[in-house]
Parts: sequence; structure tokens; C-alpha cells
Amino acid sequence: MTVLLFLIPVALLLGGLGMWCFVWAVGASQFDDLDTAGRRILFDDADAKLRERN
Amino acid sequence: MATDTLLPAQVRAAPQEACAHCGEPATKAGERFCCTGCAGAHALITGLGLDQYYRLRDKAAPVARPEDGVVDWREFTETLSDNRQRLTVLVGDLQCAACLWLIEHALRAQPMVTRVQISGATRRLVMEWTGDVAEADRLVGTVARLGYRCLPAGSDASAEGLAEERGLLRAMAVAGFAAANIMLFSVSVWSGHANAMDPATRDLFHGISALIAIPAIAYAGRPFFRSAAHALRHGRSNMDVPISIGVTLAVLVSIAELAQSGPHAYFDAAVTLLFFLLVGRYLDLRARGFARRTAQQLLAWTTRPVTVKTAAGLVHRPATRVMIGESVLVAAGERIGVDGIVTEGCSSIDASLLTGESLPQAVSNGNAVHAGAVNIDAPLTLRVTAVGDATLVGEMTRLMEAAEQGRSRFVRLAEKVSRWYAPVVHLTALLSFIGWVYLGGADIRSAILISAAVLIITCPCALALAVPVVQVVASGRLMRAGVLLKSATALERAATIDTVVFDKTGTLTLGRPRLVAPDNEAAALLPLAASLAARSKHPLCCALLAAAPAYEARADVREVPAQGLVCETVDGEIRLGNARFVDVTAQDEDGYSVLWLARPGHAPVCFRFADDLRSDAATVIAALRAQGKRLLILSGDHAGAVRRVAEVVGITEWQAGIDPRGKAEVIAALKREGRHVLMVGDGLNDAVALASADASLSPASGLELAQNAADAVFQGDRLDAVLDVLAVARQNRRLALQNLGLALGYNLFAVPLAIAGLVTPLIAAIAMSSSSLIVVANALRLDLGRKTRSAA
Repeated sequence: MTVLLFLIPVALLLGGLGMWCFVWAVGASQFDDLDTAGRRILFDDADAKLRERN
Repeated sequence: MATDTLLPAQVRAAPQEACAHCGEPATKAGERFCCTGCAGAHALITGLGLDQYYRLRDKAAPVARPEDGVVDWREFTETLSDNRQRLTVLVGDLQCAACLWLIEHALRAQPMVTRVQISGATRRLVMEWTGDVAEADRLVGTVARLGYRCLPAGSDASAEGLAEERGLLRAMAVAGFAAANIMLFSVSVWSGHANAMDPATRDLFHGISALIAIPAIAYAGRPFFRSAAHALRHGRSNMDVPISIGVTLAVLVSIAELAQSGPHAYFDAAVTLLFFLLVGRYLDLRARGFARRTAQQLLAWTTRPVTVKTAAGLVHRPATRVMIGESVLVAAGERIGVDGIVTEGCSSIDASLLTGESLPQAVSNGNAVHAGAVNIDAPLTLRVTAVGDATLVGEMTRLMEAAEQGRSRFVRLAEKVSRWYAPVVHLTALLSFIGWVYLGGADIRSAILISAAVLIITCPCALALAVPVVQVVASGRLMRAGVLLKSATALERAATIDTVVFDKTGTLTLGRPRLVAPDNEAAALLPLAASLAARSKHPLCCALLAAAPAYEARADVREVPAQGLVCETVDGEIRLGNARFVDVTAQDEDGYSVLWLARPGHAPVCFRFADDLRSDAATVIAALRAQGKRLLILSGDHAGAVRRVAEVVGITEWQAGIDPRGKAEVIAALKREGRHVLMVGDGLNDAVALASADASLSPASGLELAQNAADAVFQGDRLDAVLDVLAVARQNRRLALQNLGLALGYNLFAVPLAIAGLVTPLIAAIAMSSSSLIVVANALRLDLGRKTRSAA
């Protein structure tokens, strides 16, 4: 059972990392607009063509 | 347009081309654009190599009418460091994702721009660049030349709301993380109770739980602690008081248990509780924040600039900064921004949004015009007589605000419940403590443990979720049906509606004229009339074109403002216009609009137009009648036109020629009779009535002020949004009541267990989670019902 002493901090650290990432993402206004980003990938082709031309 | 479906072949046969940028008909045959603004926008887009925009978009672009020099953008630019600037702009007329793509790439094409971020939901455009502040005007100018209106975003209340939303989302994340991890330890401890877990391991797990829970609660509980402290300072109690006491007590008791190596700790319950409560609070704030932001955006667009004639030339200024006595120029097709008297030019104006009158009125030198009317044919110069609050619009706004105060006294269902819920909870916990100490003979420690359990169990977890979840699902469903809810309490108010009051022009009707079935002679002359009408943008001419079969636009047509069109031929003049223009005596047309066509050597021929009903108006009215609603029409239009509409849709109670105050008075009288009134209207003359009714709806084609006054705005040409709103409101109320019932029922079941001292942390956790899940699942039925209905 002593393995718990090692595993519990590791698990908490990983979970905490996930939480920190989320909190950071909220602060970076990634969650302010959930609709636009989904549609934006549709324009990737147009972007690629634009780069070719330039 | 309704005629598109009626006469597709003929409309397509028209030789007039659509503008390559905005899709409006081009002014002359053979031209690619409708105006220089659109030509400029198109040139800019192709010049930047962004012409793929035209393939990507799924909606036509807004008409490009750049309004430069209204705002000094340098004032709003934020200097980040010595050479980096940031500007946040509110962008209007965004149609689809292609618009975002276009704006983003057009700005990125500027070499100094380092960051462009635009959001379709908040309509905020954030741009950063290196270089001079003065670039601000040029960058915003680029967006404006593409045809999008720009307004300074500023750090207004909407940004504050957004910050609050983010704070709650962060708290939710922390509480969720803590709850999930503590639950892992709790499950081990619970299964350990059955399998004789080593007390040292149990204490270790409780200790780790405490280490996670205490900072998590200190962070995630702040919204509740702050609100509770605020309420207590003012001698009041709210939902947050029992929540704060419950959570704090649970943590303190658990720490005491931990210190004495006791078997039970409530860390998991306290954190899970916070998590569920935060979910409810976040949903609630999001729904309300969305409503508030929508209202603010609508309000922002009303500040259109006015063109002022000064000694130095033409200047654009916000309507509020125009002086009385100054001269203002109003272009054809523009909405008038001030009250004034015409000093130059003659034209006709469409005042349907102000008065409800469906026919355009001719105005010339000396006539008074009001802000909000649209100038149709020719440029007008006005001498300003009133600006801002003194205009008719300003007066309506004041009346509207007064009427809205009455509505703000409405108490939400959740608040009604929470008012008596909090004291009951406190009392129960206190009584069970006293009861156990004095009657049950328990020691203080276990009595505190029991009253903590009572507080945890009664914490309004499901209660706090019950109403917000239903509301979020309901407003989401309405949004997909094209109805935008602006007020968070609107659905609750709309649930008890028993009387529906309609405005006529623009509400029951589309507010656009359509040619009434012409007799044989008129039908034969339709192509000739259309060949003249193609020259004009007057609504009646557009209606004539829409109804006409193939025709050829004539080039030699001259427009006489506010009168008609004239074309010289070898035989003489052909004239298309009003009665005076063709020398016939005007007769009472019973609410129809008319155009006369006069040819040399023939008697003039009359074309009659009526304002088209919304396609489903009659069926919607019939459905409302079947629901037993009392229906009324209140219109500012002439009796003839109102009577005709009332007869067609089948409404027997109607009043014509009624002014804005009159409308509000009728609604007040209905409310005094004890009726709950839903007002549906689109104009300035409806705004006060919209604000004083119990609930109100406005079409998206209406005046901004009306949309501001209304609780919800619906899009499209169909009226069935009224039925949708009423149906969803009723369902919303039923589900909210059911949810409250479920939440309270759960308490009735669990509280006796808690008082009896039978609630262990395991039972508390199961009971709380399951009640919350049941409430959420019940709310989702609102969406489920829609799917089965549409499938049927």
C-alpha cells in the first residue's frame, strides 16, 4: 500500500495540471464564444489557397 | 419576400442584375453594383486577394455605406507598451462565419497588425498593431469600407458581466476538480467501512481530502460567501446564507472529526454541493448575461450618425450632438435621426414605424418630420427642431422606461420560493440540534454533526438548479426557432398570458406593399408600368416590379420626387405616379395605396397595392383563438386598412387611428381587468405598449426602440413565433414547478432521515447528486418534446 504515497500525489498533480489548463483557457477568453470556432475550420482550404497565391 | 414564391419565373426574368457585393438590385441595367459603396467594398476585397469570400459566404453581404469620421478612434485605443496599440470595436451586420473570415484577413493583410481576434457571439473585434495610434482610424476604416458598421466597445457593463461569468466558470472548474478527486478518496473510505479499512489509512484519506477541500472551498465558495455576507449586513437573508453556513459548518465539523480520528467526514458533500450550486449559478448568469448583452447591442446601434451641413462642409455627428436650428441632410433611403422641418427638397417618407400608417407620406418645404421615419425618394434638408430626449423618440423612451419600472417589480418563481425556504432550513437545523441535546440526550459533538447533516441535506442544491436549467433549455430551444429572449424573466411572465394584442403594420402584415390582383387592362399594362418603375426605389415601384412579368427598363425615365416618374416618347409623355401627377381627382382608396399610369390618348389606369399579411397570420390567430385567448388589434393606421386586416385574420376587436399613449392605456385597462397581456408590435408607437404589457414580442424588422422594449425578438416573415413563445413559456413554467416539486419532495424525504441522525456522508452524497441529476434530466425533456413533435 505504500505505493499510494507515490501514486496519490502523482494523480493529484496530473488532475491539477488539467484544472490549471482549463482555468488558464477561461482567462484567455477561449470560452467566451463557443460558436464561431467550430465553423472557422471550414475556411482552412481558403486560407491554404491564399498562402499559395502570396 | 412573399412574391418570390408566388411568381418565381417572372422575377427571374427581370433583366435587372443583382449587385455583385450585396445582392440588392443594381440601379441600372448592365451595372454590377447597386452603389459606389458596394463597388468600393468589392474592389477592396478583390484587391486584397480575398475574393473567395464571395464563394464562402452563405448570406449576402450588408450594403456597404461607409460612415467615416464619426468617431475619433484614437480616443478608444489602448497603448499596451511604447509601440503596441490595442483597440476593441463592436462590429455590426455580421452575417455569417465568412464575414469573420473576411474581416480577419483584410486586417491581417495590413503589415503592422500583429493580432486580430473577432467573435461572432459578442461581435467584438480586438486588434493589436505596432506603430502609431493614428493607424486606428485607418484600420477601422478598412472594416467600414467592407460594409460593416463599427462602434467603440469600451469597457462597459457587458465586459463586467463577462468577467463575472469567467470568475464563476473558474470557480466551477476548481470545485469540479476538487469534488471529483475527493470523491475518489470518499468512495475508498465508504467501501473501507464495510471491509474494515485500517483507521490510519482512513485518516490519511480524510487528511488528503481536507487538503484539497479547504483551499477549493475557500476559492470556489467566494461568490456565495460574498453574497451571504452582503445580505446579512443589510439585515436580510437569502439562499446563500444557508449555503454558506451549511458548507462552513460541514468543513468545520469534518476537521474536528479528523482531529479526533472519527469515522465520518463531510468534505465530499461540501465540495460537491458547491459544484452543483455553481453549475446552476453559472447557467443562470449566462442566460441573464446573454439577455443583457443583446439589449445593449440593440441600444448601441440606435446611435447612427447624422449628416450636418456646416459652413465648413458636411460633417457626420452623433444625433445627440446636433444643435437645434442646424441644417441636416437626409439622403434617400436613410432613416431620419432628428425631429425637424423640411427646408429644401420634396420626397415621400415612410413613417410606418412611428405611426403605424402603411402608406408613404409626401413631404415638402415646411412639413415637420420625426426621427425614426425613413426618407424614400429624394434627399431632404431639415432644420432641426428637437434632438435627443426632446424628439418623439426621446419622449417614447421616457414613457417606456416608466412603464418598465412596473414590470421590474415582478418576482421570479425561484425568489418566491427562496424567501421562505432559508428561514425554514435554519430553524430545522437549530431545532434538531436542540432536540438532540435536550430531548435525545446526545452529546454536543454528535448533535452538531446531525444539524450539519440537516443543513447539507436541505441545502437548496436541486432548488438552485431547478429553475435555471429549465430556463437555459427553453431559451436555447426558442433561439433555434429564431426567437431571441432578451429578458430572463420573460418566459415566466409569458406563461400566464390570456390576452394577445397585435399591432397591424409590420406585425400582422409584413409592412411592405404588394400589388393587388389587377384587372385585365391594368395587367396588360404591367410591363409598361414596370419599365418606368425600374428607375425608382419607392416601395410601390418595387412592389410593381416584383409582380411584373419580363420587362425592359427604359433609360430615358426622369423621377419627379414625391410625385412619380415620367418618360418622354414620340407620342407624348408616359407618366407613373400619384393621382395629382396624372391629373385625376384623388378618391378615397379605402386604405389601398395606388399608382396611376397615364399614356397619351388613354384614360389613366390605376394599380392598387395592399400591405401583405404575414403568410401564417390567419392560422396563428386561429390557433390562439382555439387556445381561448382574447385577441385585439391596436393600430395607428386608417380604419379601412385595419378593418380589412381584422376581417381576413378573423379578429373582431380592433381600434384604428390610436396613438402610442392610447395603446398603452388600452393595455393598462386590460391589466386592470385582471388580464395578462402579451403585446406584439414593431414600431415606435408600440414601444410604450410593449413595455407596459406583461410580456412582449417584436419582429426583427422592427424599430430598434421597439426591440429594446420587447422581451423577445423574432426573426423571419412568419408569425408562428408567437405560438412558439407561448408554448415554450407554458412548458417552462410547468417544468420549473415540477422541478421545484421534485427538489422539495426530496427534502421532505431526506430531512427526517437527517434529523433522525441516519444520514452518513455516503447517503448525503447519493441523495444530493441524484436529486440534482433528476432535476437536470427533467429539464431536458423540454427539448425532447420538441424533437418528437417535429418528427411527427
